[in-house]
Amino acid sequence: MIADDGLVWTVIFALGAGSFLIRFSFLGIVGRRPLPEWLLRHLRYTAVAVLPGLVAPLIFWPEATGGELDPARLLAAGFTVILGLLTRNILAAIMGGLSTLYIVQIALRLI
Amino acid sequence: MTVTTSKSAYALGLQDGFPFIIAVIPFAVLFGVVATEAGLDLLQVLSFSVVVIAGAAQFTALQLMIEEAPTLIILVTALAVNLRMAMYSASLTPYLGDAPLLTRAFVSYFLVDQSYACSIVRFEENPEWSTATRVSYFFGAITLVCPMWYVMTVVGALIGTSLPEWLALDFAVPITFLALIAPMLRTIPHLAAAVTSIVLALVFAFLPYNLGLLIAAVSAMAIGAELERRT
Repeated sequence: MIADDGLVWTVIFALGAGSFLIRFSFLGIVGRRPLPEWLLRHLRYTAVAVLPGLVAPLIFWPEATGGELDPARLLAAGFTVILGLLTRNILAAIMGGLSTLYIVQIALRLI
Repeated sequence: MTVTTSKSAYALGLQDGFPFIIAVIPFAVLFGVVATEAGLDLLQVLSFSVVVIAGAAQFTALQLMIEEAPTLIILVTALAVNLRMAMYSASLTPYLGDAPLLTRAFVSYFLVDQSYACSIVRFEENPEWSTATRVSYFFGAITLVCPMWYVMTVVGALIGTSLPEWLALDFAVPITFLALIAPMLRTIPHLAAAVTSIVLALVFAFLPYNLGLLIAAVSAMAIGAELERRT
């Protein structure tokens, strides 16, 4: 239990301010000034450089299974990527991935 | 779909943001439940989500408060989790940099994984969009996701129990991001960057302060940029 109200409010507002400054950093300060070409070339890969690394541990070591590899989750993840590549439809890929997860989980329980 | 006006860009953003609520709802409910169990009152739980508006950092801070870590450690660790957003900010600057300062401030506040990810895809696809059109798209993309984040944390705090475990909704977050990443892997440099990111994030997962992800991300950007330069 966290009993200290002052601590909670300090964390909320300091974390909020810090998070805002991180998000505002380039948008706020650089603004319309042009960025050098080498930096732009790196920034073009931001999404594919950050998001896969963000989700990889969640897929390979899910907290819900105590960090154990889970065949249902691995299959669901693989199927989501394939559907995403083939259909380029995000909603279809999500639905397909979650359905795979449920179907495999039920199948494993029946075996 | 051809988008020429700000209004249709807003509608497109709304549509693109929709799938994310599948993951945001359970994640927000879970935060509400865990925060309430940790002893936070309703106002604190809601304030957390409204002021910080970053799921992973909120969970990190909460966990460290429960463990009674020193305040400075709590803040440094949770902010490190959010450092990736500086990269998002830099990445969007070429597209949104000439918007008015106040607009850029609001964009910054709402800059989360979901709004960044769908915006960067559309901005790259539609280089002819004006800054105003891009801003409209961005706000369309957050219209459902961010309020849902606030409301569902309160719902979690009120109901006080997580959604049933068999739903495996912990996995909704990685699934939504995978669905989004897959179509981005359209060139060899993009694919190489993604593989680098995954491998290094796993290799360096043991590092504190989420540093593993930052090392993985910076290395992956360098790989992508270098391969692009050579082709």
